[in-house]
Amino acid sequence: MSKLQHCALSAAILLAVAGTAHAGATLDAIKQKGFVQCGVSDGLPGFSYTDDKGNVIGIDADFCRAVAAAVFGDATKVKFTPLTAKERFTALQSGEIDVLSRNSTWTSSRDSALGLNFTGVTYYDGQGFLVNKKLGVKSAKELDGAAVCIQAGTTTELNLADYFRTHNMKFTPITYDKSDESAKSLEAGRCDVLTSDQSQLYAQRIKLAAPDDYIVLPEVISKEPLGPVVRHGDDEWFDIVKWTLFAQVNAEELGVTSKNVEQMVKTSTNPDVKRLLGVEGDKGKDLGLPNDWVVKIVKQVGNYGEMFDRNVGEGSPLKIARGLNALWNQGGLQYAPPIR
Amino acid sequence: MNNPNKGLTPTKPPLWNDPTVRAVVFQVITLLAVIAFGWYLFENTRHNLESRGIASGFGFLDSTAGFGIVQSLIPYGASDTYGYVFWVGLLNTLLVTVLGIALATAIGFTLGIARLSKNWLISRLAMIYVETFRNIPLLLQIFFWYFAVLRNMPAPRDSMSLGDSVFLNIRGLYVPRPIFGEHFSWVVVALGVAIVAALLVRRWAQRRQEATGQPFHTLWAMLGLIVGLPLIVYFLSGQPLSWEVPHLAGFNFRGGWVVIPELAALLTALSIYTAAFIAETVRAGILAVSHGQTEAAGALGLRPGLTLRLIIIPQAMRVIIPPLTSQYLNLAKNSTLAAAIGYPDLVSTFAGTVLNQTGQAIETIAITMSVYLALSLAISTLMNWYNKRMALVER
Repeated sequence: MSKLQHCALSAAILLAVAGTAHAGATLDAIKQKGFVQCGVSDGLPGFSYTDDKGNVIGIDADFCRAVAAAVFGDATKVKFTPLTAKERFTALQSGEIDVLSRNSTWTSSRDSALGLNFTGVTYYDGQGFLVNKKLGVKSAKELDGAAVCIQAGTTTELNLADYFRTHNMKFTPITYDKSDESAKSLEAGRCDVLTSDQSQLYAQRIKLAAPDDYIVLPEVISKEPLGPVVRHGDDEWFDIVKWTLFAQVNAEELGVTSKNVEQMVKTSTNPDVKRLLGVEGDKGKDLGLPNDWVVKIVKQVGNYGEMFDRNVGEGSPLKIARGLNALWNQGGLQYAPPIR
Repeated sequence: MNNPNKGLTPTKPPLWNDPTVRAVVFQVITLLAVIAFGWYLFENTRHNLESRGIASGFGFLDSTAGFGIVQSLIPYGASDTYGYVFWVGLLNTLLVTVLGIALATAIGFTLGIARLSKNWLISRLAMIYVETFRNIPLLLQIFFWYFAVLRNMPAPRDSMSLGDSVFLNIRGLYVPRPIFGEHFSWVVVALGVAIVAALLVRRWAQRRQEATGQPFHTLWAMLGLIVGLPLIVYFLSGQPLSWEVPHLAGFNFRGGWVVIPELAALLTALSIYTAAFIAETVRAGILAVSHGQTEAAGALGLRPGLTLRLIIIPQAMRVIIPPLTSQYLNLAKNSTLAAAIGYPDLVSTFAGTVLNQTGQAIETIAITMSVYLALSLAISTLMNWYNKRMALVER
């Protein structure tokens, strides 16, 4: 066969193969490969962080485990892809990951122009400033002329410019891809201030050599609702991820915990709990999941409150108060539509 | 049997066996297949983008960027557009590329010649330099300069200073910025006149030397003209130049020009790394000139310095230029490693932040790739032109 013939033939084969390759529904693809591919951060204590045993821990990582528990009944059937802020959305758009759970802020442009769907809010956050006590700064309004370390490709990068512009102050942005680099630069004195979501600032602070030398300024300059993200175009998968979080919040509201969930399945008389745990109705089947999906989530990962406390709340080194993330009937914003 | 030549007359083969026809047909088929495949890729991408609701097109270039950039050669603010960010990033890339090429060439030529020196110490030192920097990955060298060297500079309040006008600290090197008065244009005119005069002097001196053999102190005369004339005009026009000296205000220095440590680290690493390769190229070029040339020059009574300048280098350049072009191209492309330390070049601002804020990966990456292609082709064209000029003209 001549070279030309060979080329023509391979092109024709490529065309035929590529023509038949169509992306199946996300859930089918996940079931076939046997695990959920989940995009997490490149290392943020409390959210997604690799511990000394090599496990990825944190509230974002746990949410992925909850999705795996809902789909497979096994929270360990998940694989993590660490992503920088810059890489995260492209990785999701291209199908490299099934769900992005990486402290990402829900904004209108990401929900529309980027072709993504935010499935809810796992953490209500706001942008703050971390500074060295030595500077003697008490308020963000005293930061005129400061060098500010930020992570590239984040909403914080935009909020920062807006904030300084509205207050008629100047700043020098020092932009890095990784949050660790920003923190190290703050420590070395390349910048005066580190700005990020407040939860991240607390998380970064405990990684510094002398955490007590640094304070978080009182100003919160933006709304940062952080949540899991999926691609446009697969409503079934969107529903599953969305209702995994709602189920966890509902479980907390109804007092279902990892310790009492099996007990509740047998003894609870509350119709809300019975529907939630799949004792009554086919709520799981409607989503394309087994009916005991919430039992598996709560048993293996916990309800929302447990997940919060263990990773970022009182049970963790971060010790962040529930605040905005308390349930709606306890003064917070966490509110889930009912399962019925 | 009445025509014995019948079997020898060429008969026209059938169409499907005609080599010319076959060649054309196959080429057309291949071309069509390639076009169809490209079209399929394009349509498939477009369709998928549309079905997932991902924005496409180049309209985003006109939207407001809304983020800050640490270094910009043209005035930039957060209210400028993504399209403008592209130019800011491109200029930052060009800055580090042009400075890097100039520095790497200077260091590389010096070292290449030093490596051939008869002085044992000098040639060994040059060899150690080349072997060290050529064999350590560039990214590690960038990290070394940025994290190990420049990170250990003092804080702004404890800056090292030179005469209270130049300051060095972890935030960069602050130097005074010249402010040109209204009569400064006369100094520029004087400089232009001086350069033209100096060139005329050189031409006259060359002609005289060719005619009479008498050398002239061309270098000193030219230097005197180029430095002296503008200086005289400068004082005559009432010293129309003042300096804005950087001063500590609040956390940082204000005023003056600043060389940020990201630029310094990237530039140092790029030029030191590339210089090692250029040094080897230069050495190879010089060794390619036959030793007989040096001996002939010696026999004619030329001093070693003159031999190098007039005999060896012009001939060596013909060997040096083509591989030198490759080194320049490498340097331009390696400058994209800027993203690793946060220098705001085209890749880190445009293909990084803009891509992330707009989510339009295909468009931004396509633009960025074409820019590097164009930049590389421009460098090649320039060097090929230079090569042609230096090439041996046979008579």
